[in-house]
Order: sequence, then structure tokens, then C-alpha cells
Amino acid sequence: MSAQVESLVAEGQVEAIAAAVKGGKVRARELVECYLDRIAKHDGTLGCYLHVDADGARRRSDSVDAAVASGATVGPLAGVPIGIKDIFCTEGVETTCASKILKGFVPPYESTVTARLAQAGAVSLGKINMDEFAMGSSNENSAFGPVRNPWDTTRVPGGSSGGSAAAVAAGLCATSLGTDTGGSIRQPAALCGVTGIKATYGRVSRWGVIAFASSLDHPGPFGRTIRDAALMLQSMAGHDDNDATSIAAPVGNYAAACAGGVKGLRVGVPEEYFATGLEPEIEAAVRAAIDTIRAAGAEVVPVSLPHTRYAVAAYYLISTAEAASNLARYDGIRYGHRATNIGSLEELYARSRGEGFGSEPKRRIMLGTYVLRSGYYDAYYGKAQRVRRKITEDFAAAFSKCDVIATPTSPISAFKVGEKISDPLALYLADVYTVGPSLAGLPALSQPCGFSKAGLPIGWQLIAPPLGEETLLRVGGAYEAATEWHKRLPVSFFGKEVV
Amino acid sequence: MSRITLKEVEELAMLSRLQLEGEEAERMRGALEAVLSYIDQIQELDTSGVAPLTHAVGFACPLRSDETAPSLPIEAVLQNAPRKDDRFFEVPRIVPKSDGRNEKSGGAR
Repeated sequence: MSAQVESLVAEGQVEAIAAAVKGGKVRARELVECYLDRIAKHDGTLGCYLHVDADGARRRSDSVDAAVASGATVGPLAGVPIGIKDIFCTEGVETTCASKILKGFVPPYESTVTARLAQAGAVSLGKINMDEFAMGSSNENSAFGPVRNPWDTTRVPGGSSGGSAAAVAAGLCATSLGTDTGGSIRQPAALCGVTGIKATYGRVSRWGVIAFASSLDHPGPFGRTIRDAALMLQSMAGHDDNDATSIAAPVGNYAAACAGGVKGLRVGVPEEYFATGLEPEIEAAVRAAIDTIRAAGAEVVPVSLPHTRYAVAAYYLISTAEAASNLARYDGIRYGHRATNIGSLEELYARSRGEGFGSEPKRRIMLGTYVLRSGYYDAYYGKAQRVRRKITEDFAAAFSKCDVIATPTSPISAFKVGEKISDPLALYLADVYTVGPSLAGLPALSQPCGFSKAGLPIGWQLIAPPLGEETLLRVGGAYEAATEWHKRLPVSFFGKEVV
Repeated sequence: MSRITLKEVEELAMLSRLQLEGEEAERMRGALEAVLSYIDQIQELDTSGVAPLTHAVGFACPLRSDETAPSLPIEAVLQNAPRKDDRFFEVPRIVPKSDGRNEKSGGAR
């Protein structure tokens, strides 16, 4: 393997990889072989991949190389090896959502986002582990085993897109795809020391993404740097006729925004996001990041988001209600697990679902059924929708005083595998800083802003008004330019390759 | 005094079409109890006069033209069906068999 390929893989930078492939300096196939070797070597420890699509990756990289050799136009992600969260339908490639109920499901069609990334030249290495049906924040809810954090393999990577974050952090793909419903991109990005973005609700198509909570589901990218994530988002975003909630507005120039600087921008800091339960080391790192961005030229202003304390409750009411409805489709008839030796149709439904779903989806379906039940609807679901409006109005009021809001991403750093799995409520409460922007549909990102004394990554969250992705990227880009956190790599997966 | 009884858990499981096995129902009762107790704090907020919000970002929902577009071929739609018969998904018999009529069984096996 050439030193150039090894160095491209160690750096994992989208533009460098695409430029080298387009310029004929390395072949996309060589990169794929290098990543497949790394997966073979390290993924036994980490558990990031549910399905390594080696043959497909070789075939796709060969066709990128053939296009380059023939002088044909290739896309901005030419030859970039990516990992795809197993919630995206990939035509002809098994897609399970990390659930036994979808074991063996081979989608007959491709999601809009994965089709667009392939069109841009990205090469999928395979399907990545996650919490079952994207329900969880530790990746311990996968039916096929947990994912481990590359910074400390006794700890969780976060979730639900924990595999996608861990794979980027450990160099088992250059960039990856995740989804974020209540923080499932931002929280694992923070716990694994990478950058993750959830754009405005409707900015990225949900077509072909297995539904969890439809009014909250956001596909988005992970990258080692903000520019990598921005370049992925550029190819993913934009209107899609197949998603009725897709936004028709033109897509901005995200890579350029990363270099836009923060002069004249006002960064709002809500004290409600620095409350009890926030680890002191995380608070210190995020406050230092705010100082850094002030030094880079931004103005820092206090803002208030007074309904923050109700966000977790509203989120779990709305998301479980939507989940109970969405997951009704798994009936053992059209696809997925079907129980045997059954007598009636009712028994077929109940046994197929009872056998196929793991405990977290079952809890959320039951909770969703409870809150939607006749007689309870107004007190729970209706109430939550009203609180959702209050939370959205909080953000609108704050954005009359600032352009971007800065907060911690997660109140806690990566915890031990098994430490919190028996207490679902404790894990739900850890979503406190990410669910607000989810309920309000706002673009938000998490990027590395430090490390704890134990050597665990810390992330901060930036939130912008609807369609404010470029503002978000200006702040994130300026912060990254002023800091080195994103350059740290988990040594056990890079060894002497560390750059 | 628990707010959710085991009987309610069983009713919810029936409504959710989920068969719970052994200790599962009791564990579920405890989990629902804990989460609902937490969620109750939402009731302290006065939301009178606040309209429910169903769609966070207020962009217009664009209409597509009302034209027939290609759809998946039937074989592709059926490829993941655990049981199929010719061009159909197979389900257990829903209507009880009546005397003297020898309908083809949908398969309670």
C-alpha cells in the first residue's frame, strides 16, 4: 500500500481524497482496499459495521476509477469511502435498522440521500450499527451487539448513530451518514470527538429513511472536520419530490461558509443550558469555546430559553406517539419477521412484533400507545404539541438577539457500556440539550471542543434559525480554524499514522 | 400506589399488538411508571390559548403535478414477504370458514 493512500486514510479529508482520485494520483479502489483492511483489523473491537459490502465497494470504486480514466466528469466526493447508518434503504443491500424484525430485509429501492451521495462519487463501504430503530443514546440497543467508543473501548460511543460516529473517529470510513431525531447525530459526534450536523427539518430528504418519528427525523453527515461534514451535506441537501416535507429553497454554499468568519455575528448563550447535571469539565470546555469564538471576532450575548426544562418531556411524548404509529407497519406480512405456528391474524401481529422488536422499541411503542389513547390524548400528546410551540417560540425570540446559539451538546461524556442500560429514564434525561432544536426543527451541529482529564472527547453544540446552515458553518469553521481538537485521533486505531 | 397496573399494561400491549412474555409485562410496568412520572411535570405549564404545533418549520408544502408515475414492479414489492402466493401477500384466514364452502386457506399453520 502506498504511503500516499495511508496518509489520505489517516487524515480522512474529503477534499484531499477526491482531489487525489480525480487527479489520478490514487485509485478509489486502493482507498477501498485500505479501509477494508482497517475494518478487518479493528472492527472486531468496535462493532461499527453490521454489513461490510466489500464486493459492492470494490465495484463502485472501480467505476469511479473508470470514469476518471476515461476523462468523464466525476462528482465532488469522487472515491470518498463512506459508511451508511443501517436506517437508510440501500437497494439490494440488507437494511435492518439494527432490529431482528428487519433481519434479512433487502430494500427494492434506494434512499434519496444515499443515491445523491453515490451520484457525487462517494463509495459506500457498508451498513453501520445503531440503536434499534434509532431509539437510544448509547448504541447498546442494537439487536446485533453494542458499538464501542474508539477513545475508550469500555465506553459507549453515544447513539443512536453511534456506529457512524465511531467509524469516522477510528478511520473505518472517511465520512458517514446518520440520522438525528432527538440528538442522534450530535450526541455521538460529541462523545466520539467528530463533527456531526443536523440541518433544518426538511432540508435533507427523508425518503427511504426508515421512519422513527416523522416530524423529528433528520438525516445528516459526520466528518473528521467541519468542512468534511459540510461537503457531505452539500451533496445530500435539496428538494426531493418524494418527501412531502422537503424544503424547496435553494441550497447554500456550505464549504465556502466554513471559511466565512464570524465578524459581525452574535453568539447567544442560554444559561438554561448550563444547569445542574452538567459535568464541570464539559461546562469549562464549552465556556472556553465561547471565549475562543469571541476572540475570533463574534459578539457574545446572553439569551434565554425558558421552556427548556419541559423539552425532554415534550420530546418523549411526541416521538413515542409518532413511533407507535410508524412502527405499526411491522406486521409480519409484507416484510420482516413473521412468527410461525400461529392461529389467527391477531396472533400473527402480536407474536411477530413481540418476537421481532427489542425492549426499547417495545417501551416506546407502549408509551406512544398510552399517550395517544382515547381520553389521554389532550393531556399528553395535545399538551406536548402546545409545549412544542412554546419551545419553538423561545428560539425565535432568542434569535431576535443573536445569530447562533452555543451550548454543550451532552451534559455527560462517554459512559461505561452497561452503566445506564437498566435505567431508561436516566438516558432520556441526557438528551436535555439536543431535543430543543429537534422539536423546533432547527439546524444544529456538534463539534469537538476539548477532552476530559480521562481523555474523553467533549463537544459543543451550535444552533441557528431555520435554513441558517451557513451561519452555523461560519461559526464552526472559525472555531475549528482557531483550535486543534479535531486533529486528535484515538491512538490505538492510528498508531504511528497519527498526523 | 402505582399509577399503571399490570392489567393496563396488558391492555396497552393488546392495543399495540405486542405479545409480552413472562417478566416482560412487569418490567414494562416499572419503566412506563418511571417515564410517565417524569413526563407529568409538563402539566404544570399553562398552555391555555397556545395552538398545538404539528410541523416545526413553517414552509409551504409544495404540491406535485397529479400525474401517474412509475411504481415498483410487483415482484420487487413481494420480494421481502415472508409468505406469498402468486401475486399476493399471504395472511391467515380472517373470515371464519362457513359450512359447505371450501375456500382456499390463507394459512393458519
